[in-house]
Amino acid sequence: MKKIATGNKAVAEAVKQIQPAVIAAYPITPQTEIVEQIAEFVSSGELKSRYIPVESEHSAMAACIGASITGVRTFTATSSHGLLYMHEMTNWAAGARLPVVMANVNRSIGPGWNIWAEHTDAMQERDTGWLQVYVSTVQEAYDTTLMAFRIAEHNDVLLPVMVNLDGFSLSHIMQPLDTVETGDFLPPMYLPHAIDPKNPAGYGGLTGPEQHFKFRWDIERSMRDSVKIIDETEKDFANRFGRKYGFTEDYQCDDADVVIVSMGTLGKEAEVAIDMLRREGVRAGSMRLRWLRPFPKLNLKGKEIVVIDRDYSFGFGGVLAKSIQAQQKTDVFSVIAGLGGQEVTYEDIADFIRKRRIGEEFWFGVNDHV
Amino acid sequence: MISLQELDTIGEIPQEEYVLKCTSACAGCSDSLALRYVLKAAGPDTVLVVPACCTSVIQGIYPNTAFNIPVYNIAFAAAAACASGMSNAFRATGKKTNVIVYAGDGGTLDIGIQSMSGAFERGTDFLYICYDNEAYGNTGMQRSGATPMGARTTTTPTGKIDAKKDIDAIIAAHNPPYMATAAAAYPQDLFKKVQKALTFRGPSFIHVLAPCPPGWRFSTEKTVEIGKLAVKSGMWILYEREFGKLTINPQSKAAMKRPVPLEEYLAPQGRFKGIDAKTFETLRQHLVKNIKKLSAEEAEE
Ligand SMILES: Cc1ncc(C[n+]2csc(CCOP(=O)(O)OP(=O)(O)O)c2C)c(N)n1
Ligand code: SF4
Ligand SMILES: [Mg+2]
Repeated sequence: MKKIATGNKAVAEAVKQIQPAVIAAYPITPQTEIVEQIAEFVSSGELKSRYIPVESEHSAMAACIGASITGVRTFTATSSHGLLYMHEMTNWAAGARLPVVMANVNRSIGPGWNIWAEHTDAMQERDTGWLQVYVSTVQEAYDTTLMAFRIAEHNDVLLPVMVNLDGFSLSHIMQPLDTVETGDFLPPMYLPHAIDPKNPAGYGGLTGPEQHFKFRWDIERSMRDSVKIIDETEKDFANRFGRKYGFTEDYQCDDADVVIVSMGTLGKEAEVAIDMLRREGVRAGSMRLRWLRPFPKLNLKGKEIVVIDRDYSFGFGGVLAKSIQAQQKTDVFSVIAGLGGQEVTYEDIADFIRKRRIGEEFWFGVNDHV
Repeated sequence: MISLQELDTIGEIPQEEYVLKCTSACAGCSDSLALRYVLKAAGPDTVLVVPACCTSVIQGIYPNTAFNIPVYNIAFAAAAACASGMSNAFRATGKKTNVIVYAGDGGTLDIGIQSMSGAFERGTDFLYICYDNEAYGNTGMQRSGATPMGARTTTTPTGKIDAKKDIDAIIAAHNPPYMATAAAAYPQDLFKKVQKALTFRGPSFIHVLAPCPPGWRFSTEKTVEIGKLAVKSGMWILYEREFGKLTINPQSKAAMKRPVPLEEYLAPQGRFKGIDAKTFETLRQHLVKNIKKLSAEEAEE
C-alpha cells in the first residue's frame, strides 16, 4: 500500500505489521513519534501488542529482556541519552541471546543539549553484541525493521538488532512509503532457550572464566554466521517485495578512482555529489555502509578512500575511518562532519572528494581546506 | 519451643523443595531460609527474577544451580522492569505463571527503587519480595538505605548516622492491592502471606526481615532467635495491608503492648556494639513512634 510517511512513522508501520507481543518504550526527541504512533496503533486495536509505558530506557530494555526470554517478539525504540541510559541492559540482551529489535534515532550526546543527528550514540554501543544497521530513506527504515526481526530470530543468530535512522534528517522527513504484507516472510519465533517452568533452569547466574569465555565466543560465532543470514534475508526480501539491499549501497563504484564511504542520510547526499563530480569528469563513487555490525569486508581495492564519520572516538579518530583503514591496510582521508546535526550539503561532500589529502584528518567547519 | 498450633501449620506446608541442599549460602542465612518457604508457597509454575544480590550467589556456579525452579538473573537495578516484561509476555500468551521478584534491600530501596516504583505504578501483575538483611551482603556488607541507624557496616565503620528508609510507606503510597511484612524467623506466616499475595491480580509486595550472621555479627545458630527478638521488641512489626486496610499480626500486637527491651534485640548483634546512648535513644524513640503510628492506623479503620 502506498502512502507518505516520516522515518519514525515508517518504523511504527513496520512494527504494526510485525505485531510483537510486548513493546516497552520511553520517549525521547527525536524518537518520540515512534512511541506515540505505536501507542495510537495499540489503542485503536490495529496493534495487538502489550505496550508497557516504562519509566526509563533502562527499564524499557529490561522489560524487553524479561518478555523476550519467554519466547515472544519484543520491540523498543530510543535515541541518544536513552540509548546510553540502557547501556547495561543492551549488553544483557546480547549476552542473554535475545532477539530484541530496537530502532535508534541517531542523535548527539550532551552536554549541551543538542537534539540533532550524530552517530556517536550508536557507536558507543558497537561492542555490545548487537547487530547494527544504518538506513537512509523512509522506505529503507520500514523494510529494514521488517528484516531485522527475521535476522535477529534466526536460530543461527539469536542476537538483538538495532536499526539506526538519522534524527530529523530521516526521522522527521516525509517520503513515499510502500507497505507490504509480510506473510510467511517472517516465520513464527522459536527461542530454543525460552523459560519453561516445566523444565526449570537457571539463567545468567554465576559463571566461571572458562564458561564465560565460551559464551563470548558463541556471540562472535553467531555474529559471523549472521553475515549469511543477513544476505539470505535481504535476497528473499528482494524476491518477494522487489526492493534490494545489501551490506553496502554502492553508487558508481566499479570504475571509480576514489570512493567516499559514509553511513545514513549523508550517504544519499553523497550520491548527488558523485553525479556532480562525474559531470566534471572526476571518476568518483559512493559506498554507503548499511551494516556496521557485523562489519562487512568492503570491496575498495585499488581505490583512494575518503571516509565521513558522523562520530568521533576522542584520542583516536573517526570510528569508520579507523576501521576501514585497518581493514584495507591503507591510509584514508578522514572527514569528521555532521556532528550535532551540522549541515553537510552535496557540494560540501564533493569538496571532501576534490580536496582529499589521503592520510589526514579533516574536521569540517573547524579546519580549512588547503 | 514451637507450639502445637504452629506444628499444625507446618504440616500443611508442601514437602517439595525448590531450594536444594547444595546452596552456597553462609550458615544461618535467612535469605535462603525465607526463599525456601516463598517457593513452597508459590509452587512450580513460577519464575523467580533475581537482581544482583546474595541470592544470585547462593544459586551456585553455572552449569549447576541449587534452585529447582526457573530463575532469571538480571542486572542490579532492573528486576522489577524485567519482571514486568515477563509478566506481560506470560499474560499476553494466556499463561498464569507466577512472576516473583526476589531482591535484596539494596536492589529494592536503593538502586532498584525507580524500576520498582514504575512497575507498581503500572499495575504489573507480579509479587515483589524484598528480603532485608539491612546491607549489601553480596559485596561484603556495605551500608544500604535499609541499614538501621547506629549499625556498623564496612562503609559505616563507626555506625550509620542516617535512619532506615521507610520503604513500606513508599510502597503503600503506590496503593498495591496487597502488601505485607514478614520475617524469615516466622516461616509459616511468610508462607501464608506469599500464598495470599499470589491470589491478587496486580502488584503485591512482601518485605521480609532477614537477619544475616556475618553481616550483623552474631553466631549462626541465633538467626531465628534474633528474627523473633526483632518482632518481640517491636523493631519489626508483622502486618498485612489489603486494599489499604491494615491488619497487624497477633504476634506483633502482643509485642507492641509489652515489647521486650530494645537492648535484648541489639545486644547479641556485633554491628551495634558500642552504640552511643544518643543513637540508642533515637532508635528507641523511632520504634515507639512506629508502634503508635501503626496502632493508630489500625484503630482508625
Ligand atoms: C550497577 C551495579 N552496581 C553495583 C553492583 C555491585 N553489587 C552487586 S550486589 C550488590 C549489593 C546487593 O545488596 P542487596 O540488594 O541488599 O542484596 P544482598 O547482597 O544483601 O542480598 C552490589 C553493590 C552491581 N552488580 N551492579
Ligand atoms: S551474607 Fe548474609 S544474606 Fe548473604 S548469604 Fe551470607 S548469611 Fe545470607
Ligand atoms: Mg541486603
